[in-house]
Amino acid sequence: MKARVQVMLKNGVLDPQGEAVRHALGALGFDGVDGVRQGKVIELDLDETDPERARHSVTQMCEKLLANTVIESYRIEIA
Amino acid sequence: MRAAVIVFPGSNCDRDMAVAFQRITGQTPAMVWHKETVLPDGIDVVGLPGGFSYGDYLRCGAIAARSPICRAVADFAATGGIVLGVCNGFQVLTEMGLLPGALMRNAGIKFLCRTEALEVVTTDSPFTVGYTLGDTIAIPIAHHDGNYTVGPEQLAQLSDEDRIAFRYRDTPNGSAGDIAGVLSQNRRVLGMMPHPERALEARQGSADGAALFAGLAETLATA
Repeated sequence: MKARVQVMLKNGVLDPQGEAVRHALGALGFDGVDGVRQGKVIELDLDETDPERARHSVTQMCEKLLANTVIESYRIEIA
Repeated sequence: MRAAVIVFPGSNCDRDMAVAFQRITGQTPAMVWHKETVLPDGIDVVGLPGGFSYGDYLRCGAIAARSPICRAVADFAATGGIVLGVCNGFQVLTEMGLLPGALMRNAGIKFLCRTEALEVVTTDSPFTVGYTLGDTIAIPIAHHDGNYTVGPEQLAQLSDEDRIAFRYRDTPNGSAGDIAGVLSQNRRVLGMMPHPERALEARQGSADGAALFAGLAETLATA
């Protein structure tokens, strides 16, 4: 099965890259963009067929490597 | 004093760090490749050099922190070993969990390469014993992700425990508490973004980094 992990900076952590994108959008004439947060998406192909076990395993992956939980939060979708 | 310098794919300050150790100790450091699982016998100091280990994939230092040799470095630190992480090495130490916090993209987005004035905030560590408290030293920086980030409680704790080794006089990258270098609880692990190994003699623009390596050698000679 497939897992999709979305990693974002935690709320309250300043995202300088998101801010730069917001400024660039403003420069292109896109008004009314109050905030931009940039994150990343990681897609995993798993041998596991049980969704619960897959979620558990991917959670471990997030905690140990995929996210730095000091500054980042993550969300897992299993499909 | 016998030093080991860890070499990751993408390290680019490993030789500079080796030269710094060599000059102070007169001994050639062991260069240890990331795939090794043990440190050589008799090592007193481990250096994690600057660079772009693993191309900064995922996050700066993230993959290096999970490499085989870093398990050995963690064990070494756990038994009171002295570990110096500079620039990417600092990022690796935070990713390993040996130092608190994280290093994020510079607040101004830009890569910064210049000499910074640092305040010596504590002399109570093997790395800073060669300085005078409150000294201003000139050490170069060269980084894109040096914005030291910790929560307010942890920042207060670092300050209370006298674990801030160096502060920027004029913070270039948005770091919390102006922190340029931070110590572990046992004071034997130091991570810093500025490069003391690039400031060993006047013709490099500053010789203020030499005292860090000299202090280490002195501490170990009397240990």
